Amino acid sequence: MSSQQTAAARKRQQVDTVTIRFVGDSGDGMQLTGTEFMKASALAGNDLATFPDYPAEIRAPAGSLFGVSGYQVNFSSQDIHMPGDQPDVLVAMNPAALKTNLADLRVGGMLLVNSGAFTEANLEKASYKSNPLEDPALKQNYKVVQVDMNKATEAALAGSGLSSKDAARCKNYYALGLMYWLYSRNAEQQVGNIEKKFAKKPEIAKANVAVFRAGYDFGETSELFHEQYVVPASKLRPGAYRNVTGNFATALGFAAVAKQTGRQVFLGSYPITPASEILHEMSYMKEHGVVTFQAEDEIAGIGSAIGASFGGALACTTTSGPGLALKSEMMGLAVIAELPLVIVNVQRGGPSTGMPTKTEQADLYIALYGRHGEAPLPVIAAQSPTDCFYAAMEAMKIAVKWMTPVILLTDGYLANGSEPFRVPDDAELPKVEPRYQTTANGPDSTYLPYMRDGKLIRPWAVPGTPGLEHRIGGLEKDSLTGMVSYDGNNHEKMVRTRAQKIRNVVEDVPDLVVDGPQQGEVLMLSWGGTYGSVRTAGDELRAEGKKVAHAHLRWLNPMPKNLEAVLKSYKKILIPEVNDGQLAFVIRGRFPGVDPVQFNRINGKPIKVAELKKKVLELL
Amino acid sequence: MSTTNGTNGAQGAAVPAYTKKDFESGVDPRWCPGCGDFSIINQVQKLLPTVGVKRENIVFISGIGCSSRFPYYMNNYGMHTLHGRAPSFASGLKVSRPELQVWIVTGDGDALAIGGNHFIHCMRRNLDLKVLMFNNRIYGLTKGQVSPTSELGKKTKSTPLGSPDYPFNPPALALGAGATFVARAVDVEGAHMGVVLKAASEHKGSAYVEIYQNCPVFNDGAYLSLTEKSVKTEQLLRMEAGKPLLFGKDNKKGIRFNPQTAELEVVTVGEGGVTEKDILVHDPKREDPTFAFMLANLNQKAGFPTPIGVFRDVRKPTADEMNAQQVENAKAKKGNASMKALLSGADTWTVS
Repeated sequence: MSSQQTAAARKRQQVDTVTIRFVGDSGDGMQLTGTEFMKASALAGNDLATFPDYPAEIRAPAGSLFGVSGYQVNFSSQDIHMPGDQPDVLVAMNPAALKTNLADLRVGGMLLVNSGAFTEANLEKASYKSNPLEDPALKQNYKVVQVDMNKATEAALAGSGLSSKDAARCKNYYALGLMYWLYSRNAEQQVGNIEKKFAKKPEIAKANVAVFRAGYDFGETSELFHEQYVVPASKLRPGAYRNVTGNFATALGFAAVAKQTGRQVFLGSYPITPASEILHEMSYMKEHGVVTFQAEDEIAGIGSAIGASFGGALACTTTSGPGLALKSEMMGLAVIAELPLVIVNVQRGGPSTGMPTKTEQADLYIALYGRHGEAPLPVIAAQSPTDCFYAAMEAMKIAVKWMTPVILLTDGYLANGSEPFRVPDDAELPKVEPRYQTTANGPDSTYLPYMRDGKLIRPWAVPGTPGLEHRIGGLEKDSLTGMVSYDGNNHEKMVRTRAQKIRNVVEDVPDLVVDGPQQGEVLMLSWGGTYGSVRTAGDELRAEGKKVAHAHLRWLNPMPKNLEAVLKSYKKILIPEVNDGQLAFVIRGRFPGVDPVQFNRINGKPIKVAELKKKVLELL
Repeated sequence: MSTTNGTNGAQGAAVPAYTKKDFESGVDPRWCPGCGDFSIINQVQKLLPTVGVKRENIVFISGIGCSSRFPYYMNNYGMHTLHGRAPSFASGLKVSRPELQVWIVTGDGDALAIGGNHFIHCMRRNLDLKVLMFNNRIYGLTKGQVSPTSELGKKTKSTPLGSPDYPFNPPALALGAGATFVARAVDVEGAHMGVVLKAASEHKGSAYVEIYQNCPVFNDGAYLSLTEKSVKTEQLLRMEAGKPLLFGKDNKKGIRFNPQTAELEVVTVGEGGVTEKDILVHDPKREDPTFAFMLANLNQKAGFPTPIGVFRDVRKPTADEMNAQQVENAKAKKGNASMKALLSGADTWTVS
């Protein structure tokens, strides 16, 4: 490239962490643009986290406010845990995208807009009375870079013979090229990616490459930019990495269970946002020993999984809030039958249909208590997209070891967000060890399905095993034979035994680890998907010299043995949650005398680090 | 799956020579005296020694209701599940373990009211499951409310002024949902039921058997107009493959297809020039379900007999077969990848 010298001459500024948000119309290809930039950051050795934000409508009208689709990438030379509070750079492809996202841009941040899309018609669709680009305040608050990407794309494709519709579709590559230049990315690598991606449509590949190069070259030659940036490689642990979303990681975790055990993993599921991807991904994993069954409804999703579990499969079902409610009768059966099963609930905004594409962690109560009768079961919550992998394996490990249904909570934020996943060695994986009963365990060669071991775990004998034929079901059973029993004393014994068995699971629950001071003023207690925000807030506050501790609850039931001691080592406990205070309520009930301060956001978005830090500072 | 530790699948060693007793769990049934369920379990226990499947590879799954106590009395693997949900458990088990013979035992309320959705999907998937639906046209275990097969106008505890709801016609519903095997039997016709059950056990695919079952407590005599000795030859049409659809005293009445009205009609052989050649010959193997559907609706009109026997018996690939094939194909095509290969996928980068 002839402009190479210009670039070398220009100042390159080193920065640690950058957050870019690409926003545009649903049809503008923002998810692709963001993903490509994320991959480039990964190849440059940055730690990163991403979060897509897309509308619930499948095909929203072009240019509309509710049709805006976004993709945020946070990349860094440091260890990072979340996709970033506030973008440092906002790439807005049309007025609607600007209107819905500008408030999030950091004051002083860079705003790159496609000025060509700011037509009267588009301004009207975005309910702008005047062109916001002409507002002097905009330039006071942000570094505004206006480029008519429509025109620039057209110019780059002049004479290509592409229809104007196809040509217009290339403009996201212009924005990507410009960002590549701005962050000193390897342009040739991206050219290779485009050629690979569009190998079957060489004319489209050629056009995208041309537009991408035009964007990149514009950075080089334009006087609009005074500097380029470089984010050095982070000190990620050495190894092979791939980028995973939480939903993909969940699916991968279950497939790894099949691979590790050589046993069939059975998924019975019904499509529901934002959990469907787990079903999609696992449907591609059949060669690893995964069987998937798309049931007629949520109830049959879990029912088929329980049926498969009775048959000896390692069974799971996946859903989101309203689906979990439908499954609750079935969970009662799995509890009383004591069959292993993992129920994955990818939480979303509720109640009812609520906000299906937005995140929330308001299903803690239903996970812990939302069943008829006395029906305790283990509850684990994944803390990051990659942790979904380990949490899925761990949930299955617990289910088959303890012969119990287990609820695994993730959420829309983890499910759709992504981060690098270091490919672990076999020895690092949770060990799932199903044990099947093959011999009689009672007098006269009888089989007693509810004769328990010292940990109160019952045996698992499956159809096909001669001599162990037996019947189980939803009626209360005799504590040994499993036959129907209406004896009240037997019922009380069984209720207490099932509860004690779940309490015994605590032997597999690691102690809570506290980041920061081990006692003192303030402890932030997080659970589930808020881990990244709370961890980041804690790290930043301590770097600023503040004495604040952080502990994260991955296990909601049973809770870690040392939780009470940890809670009582601090004057104030702060519980940040994306709900109205569910963990705080549980903690008050479990540990009388502990009265956590709540920090609640229920706006469909992850907790913002800056807001949380402010809250902590109020308490210190 | 490769079944389980130390066990054989259905294709293992030879099937022992069983007797009826081998299928009795030893638990005394808790059905009311005179209940039609006794006759049904008797026929099933007589059938199983003849089906050529090992006892440990036969599973009974039921929902909730009087009929659903059935698995407790069978000496097989069994699950007594939730109201209406038996097909969902059975479907998962069958997809997971296609080598098992899986039976569903259900009732009219269980299968057609609370479980209606699971029932129709079970039929349309053509999973290799045997569904025995005991139809007593009443809710028994909850003590006498109207059921989805109760007649219009039926007075029950919940419909003291008479039911304002039209009933389902179960075989027609099963056919409409795509069932490949649909049959009807009657509790008091034991020998006939045995033949029907045998055919169901031999069918590969969803096999639905409606069994008219008398509830002596809450709906006694529901089928007397069909089953009483004095009337049954006039009221029951015994469908047999390859034979003309004849019934009545001296087998003179028959079913004829009238091409003008596109309806089935009752005619008498020897009257008005009708010969046996005019009578519809029963063929449950017809791919097209239209005639089966017409026969299933026959008794919905006054003056027509009630058909019993097999309406439809058609072989189509089953969902469990096709699913197993997909798994095999994926394994053959993509090979047995290592854990490392699974976890790495195609798009990794290295940090050193």
